[in-house]
Amino acid sequence: MGRTAGPRRNAARLGVTALALLVATGLVTACGSGDDGGGGEGGGAATATGVDDGTTLTMWTRAATRPQSEALVKAYNASHKNRIELTVIPTDDYQAKVGAAAGSRDLPDLFASDVVFVPNYTSSGLFADLTERVDALPFADQLAQSHIKAGTYEDKKYVVPHTLDLSVLFYNKDLYRRAELDPEKPPTTLAEWDKHARAVDALGGGVNGTFFGGNCGGCGVFTWWPSIWAAGDDVLNEDGTKASLASDTAKKVYETYRGWVNDDIVAPGARDETGTTWTGVFPKGKTGVMPMPSTTLGLMPKDLDLGVAPIPGPDGGKSTFVGGDAIGISAISKSADQAWNFLAWSLGEKAQVDVVAANKDVVARTDLASNKHSDADPRLVTINELVKDGRTPYALKFGQTFNDPNGPWLTLMRNAVFKDGSSLDKDNEAVTASLAD
Amino acid sequence: MQPQVADEAAAGRHAASTSRTRRAARPHPPHQAGGPWWRSRKVKGLGYAAPTAAFVTVFFLLPLLLVGQMSLSDWPLLAGNRGGNAPENYTDITDGTLFWPAVRFTLLYTVIVTVILLGLALLLALLVQEHRPGVGFFRTVYFLPGALGLASASLLFWGLYSPTTGPLSPLLEGLGLVDEPVSFLGAPTSALLSTVFLVVWKFAGFYMLILLVGLQRIPHEVYEAARMDGADRWQIFRRITLPLLRPSLALTLLLCATGSLLAFDQFFILTKGGPDNSTVTIVQLIYREAFQRLDLGTAAALSIIVLAVLLLLNVLQFRGLRRADEP
Repeated sequence: MGRTAGPRRNAARLGVTALALLVATGLVTACGSGDDGGGGEGGGAATATGVDDGTTLTMWTRAATRPQSEALVKAYNASHKNRIELTVIPTDDYQAKVGAAAGSRDLPDLFASDVVFVPNYTSSGLFADLTERVDALPFADQLAQSHIKAGTYEDKKYVVPHTLDLSVLFYNKDLYRRAELDPEKPPTTLAEWDKHARAVDALGGGVNGTFFGGNCGGCGVFTWWPSIWAAGDDVLNEDGTKASLASDTAKKVYETYRGWVNDDIVAPGARDETGTTWTGVFPKGKTGVMPMPSTTLGLMPKDLDLGVAPIPGPDGGKSTFVGGDAIGISAISKSADQAWNFLAWSLGEKAQVDVVAANKDVVARTDLASNKHSDADPRLVTINELVKDGRTPYALKFGQTFNDPNGPWLTLMRNAVFKDGSSLDKDNEAVTASLAD
Repeated sequence: MQPQVADEAAAGRHAASTSRTRRAARPHPPHQAGGPWWRSRKVKGLGYAAPTAAFVTVFFLLPLLLVGQMSLSDWPLLAGNRGGNAPENYTDITDGTLFWPAVRFTLLYTVIVTVILLGLALLLALLVQEHRPGVGFFRTVYFLPGALGLASASLLFWGLYSPTTGPLSPLLEGLGLVDEPVSFLGAPTSALLSTVFLVVWKFAGFYMLILLVGLQRIPHEVYEAARMDGADRWQIFRRITLPLLRPSLALTLLLCATGSLLAFDQFFILTKGGPDNSTVTIVQLIYREAFQRLDLGTAAALSIIVLAVLLLLNVLQFRGLRRADEP
């Protein structure tokens, strides 16, 4: 073998192999080096607006908030010398991707994160300290405080709000009319929601009352917890180490959902839904009333007549999960001043109103909650006003407890809704054990 | 021409043994005394082997040592190495509630997949072994899914199975075979069977190819002789095809069992270990420890255990393989 190739060819092959080897080892050592401990200052003097000098910056975001990030990046690139290269990563793989990149010191200059994972990242020193820069902003006090709070660790601020994503009820006004429900009167209690869902479901012909991601821990957190909060109850203690997910209020919420499953009020697929397609069901126009992320409002079909309402508790009240992405500069970025230029711009009035609000999204600043776009759409006012009633839960072990598809919360969810819920107390203990792990 | 053909057949039949004898009989070339040292056989040999050795060192041995070190250390993914904690990572493994179910499930999956795949692959190979018109078409069709990546194939099936967006469930409903939407991945048994179906669809053609090569290595004369002695089809299959196919069967068994024990992509994409943690494989557990629980130490310890089990299994199977190869 290879004898016919002659010595010269062999030598060339050897050379190529050696070169490949050199490159490969170079890569390996590059990954292994730079073990200098995280949490750096990010370099450079802190200025309110950063530096715009034509630097190319890398940025990561997750698929769930892709349209919002893309719109901001596009507008920034069009009006600045700096260039941002945005990489969108599947939502389910985002934690793993960031974790692996952090392990190999390979994080981009900027990375957004689901706000619930931020405490884990700040406590591990993945973000650069932005305290001085944030405080220098003239509108620092008007930034969405739930995100700032989630990104504050040992009195230092590490992130700013990037996209706010609130859980709200979407209801199909056409189906409401057909079911002889008042399309201007969305449910204000869980019991009413139940009644409406059943009335719409009775229309038949492929129409279903409601829908939820029944095999998706993140969906449960986002859409079920507001019903518990609306009643004034807590789901986690202050420092996120103890769960109270078997409370009487929680049980009432699970019972309602269980009823929808047992009586076939939910659209098919709820049992399997891992979160990848759960927001794709409502826009088909065959679902009556279900919780949805506010970020999808701008993506709904133009001809779908939909109303927006707060998620109610069992006996009234309203709340929301103030989710979405917070964004920071990675501790290893060498272009912190340039990266800050993007962040400071993205929070400015022009970006917030002309990009964020224009896309029917929730603005990151309370002083801009009422603007020319939201004033034209009462649904946006409903959502913007909800921010103050909502919560962002805090736990260091949030991902492995609530988002892990094999984690204890999903087990609790499924036992509570697809089974009889008799194991609730035991499942709640497993959640607490994972939080305190 | 006749004698030459016969010669070739004979040569082919005894190719293995004669080449072995020839190699053994050939004397070593005399050492070239007086030549420059870099021309010597030894140095040249080392030179040829060096690139591979370097590759193996960099991409296998060093990572393996690193994994070994990780498995003995407290090593969170985000924070890095915090120093040794042996043997905590190993004792932690069996504390996890998912470990033993995952072991049981991985073994069950391996047995099911191996039995179905090997049976079907053998059937397909027997169907397409003869040269008949159109046989090339069928060989290609059977093999085609094997040309797809496992992740792509899994995504394809995930789309097909999806009760919200997939076409399979409406199709079955339209044909009147079922009354309500089918939840392919919604219950433990159907999730397992749906995944097995994907894997069989994807790999049957590949294993068919290996077995086909094995079938075609069996000389025609043996079959002819058997037929002359009055053996029927079943006897020929049992007494000639199967025994002479044993090396190929052992090879496919080895590949199939090892691959199934390391199953990850298909379950990660189709079921994520669900529903209700019923389809968690061992490798998924490794992934979960590393990237959900962000604990590289425990993940490394699990990897070491899996490596040890696989090594043991391969040694056993290789022994079987070698025995099967002996006449």
